[in-house]
Amino acid sequence: MTATTETRTPTRRQQGTRRRVLAGYMFVAPFMIVFLLMFLVPLLYAAYFSLFREQLVGGNVFVGLENYTRAFGDEQLWTGIGRVCLFFVIQVPIMLVAALAFALALDTGLVRLKRTTRLGIFVPYAVPGVIATLMWGFLYGPDFGPFAQLAEKIGMSAPDFLGPDLMLGSLANIVFWEFTGYNMVILFAALRSVPTDIYEAAAVDGAGQWRIAWSIKIPALRSALAVCMIFSIIGSFQLFNEPQLMQSLAPTVIDAAYTPNLYAYNLAFVGQEYNYAAAVSFVLGLVILVGSYAFMFATNRRSRR
Amino acid sequence: MIPRFSRRTGLAAALASPLALAACGRHTVDPPKSVTQAEIDAAMQTPTELNFWTWVPGIEKEVALFQNAYPAITVDVVNAGQGNPHYAKLRTALRAGNGAPDVAQLEYQMIPSFVITGDLLDLGPYGASEIGDQFVEFAWSQVSGTNGEVWAIPQDTGPMGMLYREDIFQAHGIEVPATWDDFAAAAQRLHAADPEVYLTNFAPSQGAFFAAMLWQAGADPFGGSEGPDLNVDLTSPEAEQVARYWGDLSEQDLIAVDADFNDQWYQALNKGKYATWIAPAWAPTFLQSAAASTAGLWRVAPLPQWDADRQVSSNWGGSTSAVMATTRNPIAAAVFAQFINTDPKSTETMANEQFLYPPTKAILEDPAFTGQQLDFYGGQEVNGLFAEIGTTVAPDFQWAPFQDKVYADFTATVGTAVAEKTDAVAAMEAWQQRTEEYAKYQGFTVRKP
Repeated sequence: MTATTETRTPTRRQQGTRRRVLAGYMFVAPFMIVFLLMFLVPLLYAAYFSLFREQLVGGNVFVGLENYTRAFGDEQLWTGIGRVCLFFVIQVPIMLVAALAFALALDTGLVRLKRTTRLGIFVPYAVPGVIATLMWGFLYGPDFGPFAQLAEKIGMSAPDFLGPDLMLGSLANIVFWEFTGYNMVILFAALRSVPTDIYEAAAVDGAGQWRIAWSIKIPALRSALAVCMIFSIIGSFQLFNEPQLMQSLAPTVIDAAYTPNLYAYNLAFVGQEYNYAAAVSFVLGLVILVGSYAFMFATNRRSRR
Repeated sequence: MIPRFSRRTGLAAALASPLALAACGRHTVDPPKSVTQAEIDAAMQTPTELNFWTWVPGIEKEVALFQNAYPAITVDVVNAGQGNPHYAKLRTALRAGNGAPDVAQLEYQMIPSFVITGDLLDLGPYGASEIGDQFVEFAWSQVSGTNGEVWAIPQDTGPMGMLYREDIFQAHGIEVPATWDDFAAAAQRLHAADPEVYLTNFAPSQGAFFAAMLWQAGADPFGGSEGPDLNVDLTSPEAEQVARYWGDLSEQDLIAVDADFNDQWYQALNKGKYATWIAPAWAPTFLQSAAASTAGLWRVAPLPQWDADRQVSSNWGGSTSAVMATTRNPIAAAVFAQFINTDPKSTETMANEQFLYPPTKAILEDPAFTGQQLDFYGGQEVNGLFAEIGTTVAPDFQWAPFQDKVYADFTATVGTAVAEKTDAVAAMEAWQQRTEEYAKYQGFTVRKP
């Protein structure tokens, strides 16, 4: 009898553990509640929603996966995805190489006015994307923009930044301007955490700055670079603000399906195809998931080897 | 066991909530056949709060007049954005069944879009069927339903005219073009004389402008549509004539094709890149602030004509006050919508202080309004001219029940063709096709007359 009661009444130690577990849940509760309400529930609702088709005439019907089959065969969607892929391939390497170069240069201590320089590179990130796009839109202006005016002064014509050929590059430039500083800060912070005695050892062994950068710093930045890369994959595929704002300047170049996110937005809020827009969003989410996972898989394998 | 139990209920709740959200029906008003004066009086003396979504700056003045007349009613004015952002929010709130206003600003071309989704309250039984003759015909016909419903009360209009730079015309000896042929000839002459200046600008994403051009030419692409039966005729001879005209001008590089209402366009107006702006009655006021540096240089003339012997104009813009079917206070909302747009003091304030171009005959015939001499236009009586133009607006032009989508497709097809100097007439076919496809997808029965 005594034995059974003993096992039933928890010891003081068990009680403590339980209380600690409870405390853990309490600490994550605020996040979990918001996560559930603002993220999981809308996500589930959108998934549920994407299985229907609501028409202006004829009401709402369950259509199963019809919206998904339509999305997988939707040329406009895949053109948009292709476009953001191209954007990613061109813009992200340039941006990350520049961010890396800035971070390394600042870390060598050879740059004067280090804090001012660092702030200067970072400041564009603090400018809201909307403002940045409006500003660049003005700079790109084909008749009265500063580039056009300058070109005219020296008797040349400025390239048509807002034309169909250069638009993607012009957008990439805005994103480059906005996010290089952000990525630089991540990389710079990672560099600061490298123990300085490694550098001293390298210096004793006769390694110069270039050699240190190549053999110590860049390998040390691998995980930080991976983080930047994942953010960039997501950012590129979800490109929305910049093209949406540039649309008012070049409405015939940036069409309703220029990027997948813009397409989903226009489907929902111009065409009132809410259900299909939800399906398109899920397909885009899937593409991002696959892209990010493929990248992580590739880098993990390489680092294991 | 307790943690697992709660986890399961949590999951169940998460799964059930979308269903619950989808299932909860929307409350809408069943419009009564008629409302007695006694009912109206009673409602207007009951303390009520009305929510009013509008982007009109300074509308608080008219709201104050209403609140003076009906002290029991309070009106909350909310600015939810102008144009598309406003409609996106309005649709979202209406779909959610929660948070929609009682009364909302609605442009004429958006009325059928909200009628088809059952979101508007027929104001006829609330006294609105008796006030039709206070408004110009083309405005009233835009708010009238096919079965005599009154879907909204007109607030302002935009009969089309032509704003032109008298100084540029004089410098190159160009007469004010009376017909579209004259206009094309003038475009050629002006651009030859000064390659930096274009006679006008065709904004490739301005579906509303193109609709006004179609309207003037006598095309009525969606005319005769009723409920689920939709007529789509964007390839009629009249419509193709308009497309060919603008396509040709662009192909010969005689007009500019810049997007409008952005910084580049404002600068172009200020720096004299365009010698005319083909624009409606609200444009003169707009231009005064958008191109302030050109004060005194502009004049206004009627729209160039297809037929020299017959003056026809059309309408671009203007808006209405509509009552949402979800309102809990239909009487107060309906009275409010009528009051601000018909009360003499309120309409006067709108016309003279907010510079909304009036749809009411009383103001349009009032010399205090029509006789105003505007310095920006060299002392011209611009309001009076537009009042005359207003009488030539054809009253029969119907909007699609998804006009914003029609405009978006215009930009992608005809607008792009004109901007890129490709075949604009072929683009009309593409526009027709896209519209038909979309209409079928949305469940309409499409007819091509």
